[in-house]
Amino acid sequence: MAEVLIRMEGVAKQFNTGVLAVQDMNLTINRGEFVSLLGPSGCGKSTALKMIAGLLPVTTGKITVSAPSTKSEQDLGFVFQEPTLMPWAPVFDNVWLPLRLAGIDRKAAKARIQAALAEVGLSRFEAAYPRELSGGMKMRVSIARALVTRPRILLMDEPFAALDEMTRMKLNNDVIRLAAEHALTVVFVTHSVFESVYLSNRVVVMAARPGRVAADVTIAAPWPRDESFRTSEPYVHECRKVSAALKATLNMEDIDH
Amino acid sequence: MTSSPSAVSGLKAWLAGAAAPLSLGVGLLLFWQFSVMYYAIPHYVLPSPVRIAMALGEDWVTLGLSLVSTLRVTFIALFLAVTLGVLLAVLFTQWRWLERSLLPYAVVLQVTPIVSLAPLIIIWVGDIQVALLICAWLVAFFPILSNTILGLNSADHNLVDLFEVYGATRWQKLVLLRLPSAMPYFLGGLKISGGLALIGAVVAEFVAGTGGVGSGLAFRILESGYQLRIPRMFAALILISLTGIAIYLATNWVSWVFLHKWHDSAVKREV
Repeated sequence: MAEVLIRMEGVAKQFNTGVLAVQDMNLTINRGEFVSLLGPSGCGKSTALKMIAGLLPVTTGKITVSAPSTKSEQDLGFVFQEPTLMPWAPVFDNVWLPLRLAGIDRKAAKARIQAALAEVGLSRFEAAYPRELSGGMKMRVSIARALVTRPRILLMDEPFAALDEMTRMKLNNDVIRLAAEHALTVVFVTHSVFESVYLSNRVVVMAARPGRVAADVTIAAPWPRDESFRTSEPYVHECRKVSAALKATLNMEDIDH
Repeated sequence: MTSSPSAVSGLKAWLAGAAAPLSLGVGLLLFWQFSVMYYAIPHYVLPSPVRIAMALGEDWVTLGLSLVSTLRVTFIALFLAVTLGVLLAVLFTQWRWLERSLLPYAVVLQVTPIVSLAPLIIIWVGDIQVALLICAWLVAFFPILSNTILGLNSADHNLVDLFEVYGATRWQKLVLLRLPSAMPYFLGGLKISGGLALIGAVVAEFVAGTGGVGSGLAFRILESGYQLRIPRMFAALILISLTGIAIYLATNWVSWVFLHKWHDSAVKREV
């Protein structure tokens, strides 16, 4: 029996504006899983992620993120849609931030910061300012910052949506590699069928207005994956499966309105 | 003397850029000098540049002391505007009820012209130097306050979320996120306030109109006007202008020092 890390039970989110973003959402995520939340814009996938991160309170229902064995505040790493770096601070300081907020000084954090930067291939850019980096490199800094606390759970909110295709593919491979190396549990929000299938063990398809889980598709292919998967028969098959599920939710919506 | 090629080309570029305004200035001064001489304009109507320079030389001690006096009021007022402005901005953004109750009054003080307030302040406050200081501070204070409030509130929402994910305390958010975010806005306010502090000081001196050793440049202008010593009036005027220019350049430099590494306003565009 797999260990459940995140459990959402009957979760609903209504914003102050009255918009019902998520309704009766149930989801369990097991240790070591790579789960994508896939859906059209407005399906509440980002809202769901932010509720898991504790950034948004739930209106009703319950979210439990099982406590880590060693007590630490930084059990979660979060990667935003944008790189979300502090423009006034060099790369080193940006990666230091989560540790700094936990009271770890520059000297004590140095080795971990350098290790995290090495993992995303940015060792030479410690002193660079964010504005001197390309979009892809900024995203790498953002990932290094999420990894520097050695979290068990990595939450990613459409991190590569604004990047070009080549950079995105490269970063997809990096994320798979890092998730495998660190035995991370990843929740990855995306609106790309191809990205979700390539990355995940499970794709949770969400329907919009209000946001809810419409389908839960297991991607039956070995993991971790590499470039050869992109052109393989199983990949095409799984994409077709997920696309069909997504299409079904969109049609459902058409009938609703 | 050796200098690198880049320093030489930098100097050349600067000279090329400065050539046009410099030659215009020199041309205007020459035109002024010769017109005054040619039309025999009396110096109590329009003194020639040479005569103004002479007045500046002759009255250097008096004018210099007045300059020091005006500078002292200006800079103490600016210093108080910066410290109190930033402090209040921080307090306002930490406790909204404080902003709601106090900001309207700050606005009232700002929109009331200082010329109309200055006589009251001078009557109420016994010490004239303190009265001048209050006037200059009142004018310089508001741009710092309002810009810093704007800056503190304009921290990137995603960064705020990030700080919350990592359990940042209120103090950490203020020091590591809100204050750096406010920096460009604060420096924008500083540029405005620098000039306004001088204006405030000069206006208050005019209104106060008191003489004596400790009186500022505005009083020298008034005094010279009464005595028809127009060259000296011009000399005082020039000192005020130069002070204003120096403050402008200094605040620009401070802004560049803080922002040139990261903020778009201070970074050269790649071409």
